[in-house]
Amino acid sequence: MTETETVTAPALEMRGITKRYPGVVANDGIDLDVKPGEIHALLGENGAGKSTLMNILYGLATPDSGEILLDGNVVRIDGPSDAIARGISMVHQHFMLVPVMSVADNILLGAETMANAVFLDQAEADRRIIELGKRFGFEIDPEVKVGTLSVGWQQRVEILKALYRSARILVLDEPTAVLTPQETTEIFAVLRRLAQEGHSIIFISHKLHEVLEIADRITVIRRGKVVGSRLPSETNEDDLAALMVGRNVQLVVDRGESHPAGPTLVVTDLKVRDDRGQQTVNSVSFEVRAGEILGVAGVAGNGQEELVEALTGLRRPTSGTVTLAARDVTGSGPRELQQRGMSFVPGDRHRFGLVLSFPLSDNLVLTQYDEAPYVKGLLRNETEIDAWAKRAIAEYDIRTPSADVAASTLSGGNQQKAVVAREFSRKLTVLILDQPTRGLDVGSIEFIHRQVVSKRDQGAAILLVSAELDEVLELSDRVAVMYRGEIVALVDGPTASREEVGLLMAAGRRSIPPTEGAAPPPDGPAAVSA
Amino acid sequence: MRQFLRRTWALAAVPLISIILALLLGSLLIIASSLATEKSLNLLLPLVAYESLLQGATGLSFIDVAGGAISLHFSINPDQASRALTSTMAAASPLVLTGLAVGVGFKAGLFNIGGSGQVLVGGFFAGLAGAAFAQQPVPVAFTVAIVAGALGGALYGFIPGALKAFTGAHEVVSTIMLNSLAAFVIVGLVNDIFKITGPSFARTADVGHAAMPILFGRNGNLGIFITLILVALTWVLIYRTPLGFEIRTVGANPSAARYAGMSPRRLIVLTLSLCGAFAGLAGAFEILSLGYYPAIFGTTIGFAGITVALLGRAHPVGILLAAILLGGMRAGAPAMQITAKIPIEIIDVIQGLILLFLAAESVIRHLIRSRAEQVTPDEINTVSRTYGETTI
Amino acid sequence: MDFLFDVPVFGFILQFLAYLVHALFTTNLPAQTLQLATPIALGALCGVLNERSGIVNIGIEGMMLTSAFVGFMAAVIVSDAMPDAQAGFFGFTPALVVGVIAAMAAGMLVSLLHAWLSITVRADQIISGTVINIIALGLTGYLNRLIHPSGSAGTLAQLKPPAELLELPVVGWIIKMFFTSGPITTLVIFLVIGLQIWLFRSRWGLRTRAVGEHPRAADTVGINVIFYRYRNVVLGGIFAGLAGAWLTLEFNASFQNGMTANRGFIALAAVIFGRWTPIGAFGGALLFMVWEALGIAIRSNPPPGDLGVFLSGIQASYPSIYNNFFGSLPYLLTLIVLAGVVGRSIPPAAVGRPYVKEGAS
Repeated sequence: MTETETVTAPALEMRGITKRYPGVVANDGIDLDVKPGEIHALLGENGAGKSTLMNILYGLATPDSGEILLDGNVVRIDGPSDAIARGISMVHQHFMLVPVMSVADNILLGAETMANAVFLDQAEADRRIIELGKRFGFEIDPEVKVGTLSVGWQQRVEILKALYRSARILVLDEPTAVLTPQETTEIFAVLRRLAQEGHSIIFISHKLHEVLEIADRITVIRRGKVVGSRLPSETNEDDLAALMVGRNVQLVVDRGESHPAGPTLVVTDLKVRDDRGQQTVNSVSFEVRAGEILGVAGVAGNGQEELVEALTGLRRPTSGTVTLAARDVTGSGPRELQQRGMSFVPGDRHRFGLVLSFPLSDNLVLTQYDEAPYVKGLLRNETEIDAWAKRAIAEYDIRTPSADVAASTLSGGNQQKAVVAREFSRKLTVLILDQPTRGLDVGSIEFIHRQVVSKRDQGAAILLVSAELDEVLELSDRVAVMYRGEIVALVDGPTASREEVGLLMAAGRRSIPPTEGAAPPPDGPAAVSA
Repeated sequence: MRQFLRRTWALAAVPLISIILALLLGSLLIIASSLATEKSLNLLLPLVAYESLLQGATGLSFIDVAGGAISLHFSINPDQASRALTSTMAAASPLVLTGLAVGVGFKAGLFNIGGSGQVLVGGFFAGLAGAAFAQQPVPVAFTVAIVAGALGGALYGFIPGALKAFTGAHEVVSTIMLNSLAAFVIVGLVNDIFKITGPSFARTADVGHAAMPILFGRNGNLGIFITLILVALTWVLIYRTPLGFEIRTVGANPSAARYAGMSPRRLIVLTLSLCGAFAGLAGAFEILSLGYYPAIFGTTIGFAGITVALLGRAHPVGILLAAILLGGMRAGAPAMQITAKIPIEIIDVIQGLILLFLAAESVIRHLIRSRAEQVTPDEINTVSRTYGETTI
Repeated sequence: MDFLFDVPVFGFILQFLAYLVHALFTTNLPAQTLQLATPIALGALCGVLNERSGIVNIGIEGMMLTSAFVGFMAAVIVSDAMPDAQAGFFGFTPALVVGVIAAMAAGMLVSLLHAWLSITVRADQIISGTVINIIALGLTGYLNRLIHPSGSAGTLAQLKPPAELLELPVVGWIIKMFFTSGPITTLVIFLVIGLQIWLFRSRWGLRTRAVGEHPRAADTVGINVIFYRYRNVVLGGIFAGLAGAWLTLEFNASFQNGMTANRGFIALAAVIFGRWTPIGAFGGALLFMVWEALGIAIRSNPPPGDLGVFLSGIQASYPSIYNNFFGSLPYLLTLIVLAGVVGRSIPPAAVGRPYVKEGAS
């Protein structure tokens, strides 16, 4: 083509950005440019350097070398206030919203609309907020307390915060991490309108299909460097995944067949309320048999947390029954459940699983501290405890200089191995695992997965709750999908299809068979709003 | 050996430096005070003051003040030394107990400021029980009296414990209220009901055979030995028994404690009651040494327990050492007041300053670039955190 | 209706209520309550400002005591130097002016120490507050003993509005409660209202609340969390200073060791009771201290009827218990209210946790 094109200066250009921290080069000569009205996706694994780059853009960090240009001019960004003044706004992954304050207060904070030198102009602020919301397609009540809003709406408040400050460049850090598919579609619509009005959007994510759907351009970062820049039309998920990760990583543990015996854990019509009084577990029934792994798949926030708390005695269910080895244990506390043979690997190991300031040996007996042989007479039996600690460290390959160091000095993977060592080594009938490999390195994940399968083969009834679909599919003999507090499906593990389970997780239903004459719906959760 | 020395330095560095800094700052205050007492600046007054303090506490003397001139002169008089050291131990023993009353609480993530009230209630109970058993054989009378004191204190520790466990009321405010309450109520009770006629001031009847037995010297009493045994028992309890493990877990991480099948509520009530028992026992020792309970019992040992516990890092042995230090200061203070003519309250100021430097310990550690261990017990975090949150 | 008063326990309660109503509307009970509540309310305002910014402050007691002593000493020194000074409005002699200002300055200085320990050193805030209390008690006791100031600077005078104003129906009652006391007491209601408006309607107030609830959110929109916390803690010291000044320059004319008598902690309870709002805390202060005022009223003007006879009987047989009971009422009430209210009263979310500015990810 020989048409003369008007060359638009990029709204934002980052050239040669390099940033070093002790021991690691977070950003290594990164070039990025974003045009006005463009939705530019930044793709990369955890720790690839995306957050560092955006922190630099937002003024929370200074680059060691490189420069930033806005509309073609070199600028120096001194801090968040400076960034905001220059029209750059960031919507963080963990919302920076004050739950007890209203929408208006949250939006105003730092950019207050004043009636005079001292007092706020609430009325004018409210008016502006409502108007802004309308412009981008939603109605919002500025006086509502943010804590009562759903996650999707809180997301919108965060975006309004940026727009209220006349942001021209919006950076969204993992915006869809906690959204339902419906909410994701709605936010995408908002983003497209923003782009149409000329705002530039940087969309940080590691969800490949979303990035392909919303972005105008995609830049992939790996280990601090840019490894590729693509248009969505010229790439696909596999290509992007390869760029992100650099090699084909497939972790499949040889599971073997399971030979389940009778039901050990039976849950009937269980209902549980959360701290706010919402019925987050809504009549759930299932059973876990000895010698099998029942996986519970689902997007985080669909009731799994409260279900696990109810089953492990940390929360009383409102109604329903739980039976363990034919005994009714509904509402029993952790101690009684443990005495009846239940072991539990908690999802938050720092809060529940370990006492970080205690030595490793104490942590290894945390749930058995008052049982023989760790107690002899009135006193604790230090010799036995130390002997067990040595065995556990060897058997579970826990990397530590000794059993006496504080648990806080261990890496995440080794901490989790300690929890697993403790819980797996008890005489157990039922084992409940909640996010057992969250945040762990590949080696630890593989190790723990092998241990889980081995426990199953020893005859334990295992309930595995995880937000990582891959983990659930890899380990489970049967898969229950939890959606909005209910079990919407119970499928066979080995034969489950990833797409089908994904749709169940995202939308609570299986794919709609095509009706006569109508076009088949496209794959993926984005199709839900139909 | 090197390892041992390094370890000792790590534990003792910050407390030692805090004490030294406090003494230095205290000497500035003493010098300034000389303006008021002697109408002129006396730069050597701190030296005189501290020396007489040391002499009163240990019998050790390193200054000779003769005819207005001061000369360096080390001496130790055996009689004086044994009297001084005995006084120090006698003063330290109730401080150990009130220190445990706070320290054991810290281990469970609780801040027991109610030592004052618990001491009063324990002393009161001991005084009454002693008077009731005054004619019984000494072993019986004494035992009943101290048990009554411990029970009274335990009861007064149970109240804030139950309040915290079941209503979430933070012990920092509730125990202070109870301190004031105890003072008022007991004064009223003694004046109107339990007072005996005869003495010129209002007090309860003599405890007779329940009085604190003196075993050596002028005030080397049985309480000292009971206290030492209790220190050992407490150490065993906290670090060697399952219950102690539960207490420490609840202080370090209440959520993990629940997960482990422990009951934070039960532990809070139990721990505060135990703390109260220690303080009540301290009160019992004081009253049984005095021989009766006076309507207005102006003791400060309850409050001093906080200093002892913080200085001793909430560890039984640390508390013992800290109590000996503070006990020595109390034992030596009268001598200092006579010799240096400054008010006895300088002791309180110095103790406060020690705490101040301990609070700023991260600054001190930074200044001496040391890998010294933190003094403030980790469990203090739980104290502050439960101020902001409702019960576990 | 009178027969109701004869029913045993119920009758007593009714008689008491009748007495209470009578005292509230005809005697100067409201004014006396306001006076007694003044140090509590001021201490509570200090507490509100601190805790709304995220700093636990249990050292209010020590701040009050220090200010009381410093204010008194300053006033006595100036008074001795200027024995013939004339008293101005509210009875303010130069000595008293200096005294009040010195007290406020002392409050600010001690608060600065607490701020430094809590914010920069990041020591545990409860320990920091306790240390301040211990040092204040020891230091003021020591200096008081050392210097034993025997003089007095006199006290601030009370407002005396013309009698006709007091006769007016509703307005008169309000004037009688709020405008018949000394300057500090009179100032309290304005400070309470002022702080309430400021906290919830001004920019500074909005930012303060954010800093106490979610300091990182405030940081990411460019608010300087550290500066806000420092500023608010030091400003809170002004209120504690005024409370101290009230003790030695308006209510009493001397200083005694430990004269704050744990009022600083009652103030903390008032903060919790009032859900960390100035007006709520003020209400709490009034609630806690009305009983002490009532006690004074009952003892000087016993209620009529059987209740009065009953009370006089107790007073005669158990005079010490009787008096000490009334003295203990504020503490007992505080305890009861605390047990009932706490657990449903939620403090600012970030209170007690030092803020560490995140350099970068």
